[in-house]
Amino acid sequence: MLIDTVLFYMFAALVLGGGVLTITRRNAVHSAISLIVSLLGVAGLYLLQQAEFLFAVQIVLYVGGIMVLFLFVIMLVNLDLAAKERQFNKQWLVALAAVAAVAAEIGYFIYRGKDAFHIAEPATMALAPPALGNTEMLADTLFSEYLLPFEIASILLLVAVVGAVVMAKKRI
Amino acid sequence: MTEVPISWFLTLSAVLFVLGVAGFLFRRNIITVFMSIELMLNAVNLTFITFSYQLKRVNGHLFAFFVMVVAAAEAAVGLAIILTIFKNRGTLNIDDVDSMKN
Amino acid sequence: MPASFTSAADLIRLLPEIILTVMGTFLMVLDPILHKRSSRAFGHLSILALAGGIGGSVYAYAHAGPAFGGMLMVDGFATFFRVLVMVVGILTVLPSYRFLNRQDAETSEYHALLLFSIAGQCLMAAANELIIVFIGLEISSIASYVLAGYLRDDKRANEASLKYFLLGSFATAFFLYGVALIYGSTGSVNLIAVRAAISGQNAPEPVFLGLAAALMFVGLGFKVSAAPFQIWAPDVYQGAPTPVAAFLSAGPKAAAFAVFLRIFMTAFEPIGGGWEPLVWISALLSMTIGNFAALLQSNVKRMLAYSSIAHAGYVLVALTARSETGTAAAMFYLAAYALMNIGAFAVVSHLSGRGERYQNIDDLAGLGQKQPLTAAMLAIFLLSLIGVPLTGGFFGKFYIFKAALDSHLYWLAVLGLLNSAVAAYYYLRILVMMYMHEPGEAVEAVEPLSLGLRAALILPAMGTLFLGIFPAWVLDFAGKSAALVK
Repeated sequence: MLIDTVLFYMFAALVLGGGVLTITRRNAVHSAISLIVSLLGVAGLYLLQQAEFLFAVQIVLYVGGIMVLFLFVIMLVNLDLAAKERQFNKQWLVALAAVAAVAAEIGYFIYRGKDAFHIAEPATMALAPPALGNTEMLADTLFSEYLLPFEIASILLLVAVVGAVVMAKKRI
Repeated sequence: MTEVPISWFLTLSAVLFVLGVAGFLFRRNIITVFMSIELMLNAVNLTFITFSYQLKRVNGHLFAFFVMVVAAAEAAVGLAIILTIFKNRGTLNIDDVDSMKN
Repeated sequence: MPASFTSAADLIRLLPEIILTVMGTFLMVLDPILHKRSSRAFGHLSILALAGGIGGSVYAYAHAGPAFGGMLMVDGFATFFRVLVMVVGILTVLPSYRFLNRQDAETSEYHALLLFSIAGQCLMAAANELIIVFIGLEISSIASYVLAGYLRDDKRANEASLKYFLLGSFATAFFLYGVALIYGSTGSVNLIAVRAAISGQNAPEPVFLGLAAALMFVGLGFKVSAAPFQIWAPDVYQGAPTPVAAFLSAGPKAAAFAVFLRIFMTAFEPIGGGWEPLVWISALLSMTIGNFAALLQSNVKRMLAYSSIAHAGYVLVALTARSETGTAAAMFYLAAYALMNIGAFAVVSHLSGRGERYQNIDDLAGLGQKQPLTAAMLAIFLLSLIGVPLTGGFFGKFYIFKAALDSHLYWLAVLGLLNSAVAAYYYLRILVMMYMHEPGEAVEAVEPLSLGLRAALILPAMGTLFLGIFPAWVLDFAGKSAALVK
């Protein structure tokens, strides 16, 4: 359908434009705003692939939570001086080589096209539900098959809370 | 069912990943470096969702969900570390935070 | 999907992680009651928790098998690494008593984070699905980032924490991208299912799998500090508090190697010919860069960091062998390495004094006269790191190079042996400094050994000698466990 293609291009432009601006802007606030644009583009692409739940999580958790935290920290630290300094690393030749290597590797697969990706056999349509990103179905899987990762993710969050407190509290 | 071929999505996420790697390697501001990592994680998530859609399986969504949880945890701790650095040194330039050499 | 997914057997197989997490949380709850009055109790409780965890993993081994629908695989391999990381944990807590007291930084959070980090490593050891590997890795890493920067007012600790965090997250992203590609090409992230898909009829394109394996190799390479991804290790080990540096060089590394072995020896084994050259090069680079850079160091912690890079190289040699003997040799070597390295760091921790002033090789001058016991223990660790017979390090290297020769990796074995000869120089330099020089300022100021430090030195030294004299005990178990479930 044409509309899908148009939407894809639109969101892809947001993702890439935001991404490029994120890594090139001098001002950290501008970078963070560009990153938000990029993240919203990614959220749009989720929606395009029937991942409604993750679309919501992306906006609530990523944009609303993580990025606000970033902006908060950027406001806390004074980066006026940093914006006037040289922005890019000295070893840019080494870095360029590394990026080129990664890009070439991935470029090869783009060149090979769809065959190179060789997607595993999809589940039969009879098993596949009409709406893949259905929150109810996600919950079913999460609390049965993926119960263990869900539980240990809570340990992870506990570690993060304790860690942030240790780094931030007045005296050890 | 979208008609956009899967390889477009995968290519897009690969490019996004490379952008993140480039930002990580090139930039000198620690916060921007950290934001580059977020770009890379988003590229990964997009890959997961794309494959999940293609495979008609829901578990890819859950992987992306766990990646987001981890990203949130990383952000909390990472930003706390960045704040301590700023408090002790007054700079967030990665080249200035390099005092240990022989 | 059955209604109740978790069975009692599943929980038994998860016992060590449960014990560690519950005790870690309990420590923090106890904090307001205990604080200031007897903060040493945190250390005692951590050791109790870790001992309980070891008991738990032995009990879990008695009920070995897959848990949580194949997400965990509790077998000999998992038990070996679980016990290893918990022993490392105990040997980290022991020198921490004195260290934290000296820095006036005794809190429950230090111990809780240590326990959580070890719980993450236990999960990694038992994980049979990449998503569990990933979450376990993150639990272990995030706790370690904070531990590395635990002394917040120390600029070097800040820097260590930041570098560890940035490069660690960078590595995680690579690892994850590899996981995503594996998921796409095989439809699963369960290692056994991935293996089945790779070796099955409708196998994914090898180059595609190669990219996934390479990305995961980059991610894990960072975690085990293998060259060319080793850049963070010297700064992090030097800046981190010494007991934490000891922990980082042994615990997370052993767990990351456990994951490395399990992924590459089960899931990616069918494409072994593809990744072998990659590991070959990395092994050689790690050994060479580690050993030659260590020659130039004057700071002991930095020297030990480079030497730990070199030792990661030796373990990679065992991985390159791609055989069960290789896996068993890697397991044995990691156990020997953990003991000798953590012991050497404990000596540095003992000697460095308040504010960690004395960390140079010169500061060890005359230790043999002033504190013969400490010097003797350090001598055992150094001889084992060199690979002198009757120590664990000797048999570790012996089995690794034997496995390499069995797999016809003659060049790698020869280059590895040459590297060991180079390494002998910088370890011997410390021995000469300890025994052939007059005591300097640092050694004159050294405090007597506390009970905790005494245990932190004697236990790993005994372990090192035990592995050197009765290697068969551990090697037999490693050999039995090396046949991973496929």
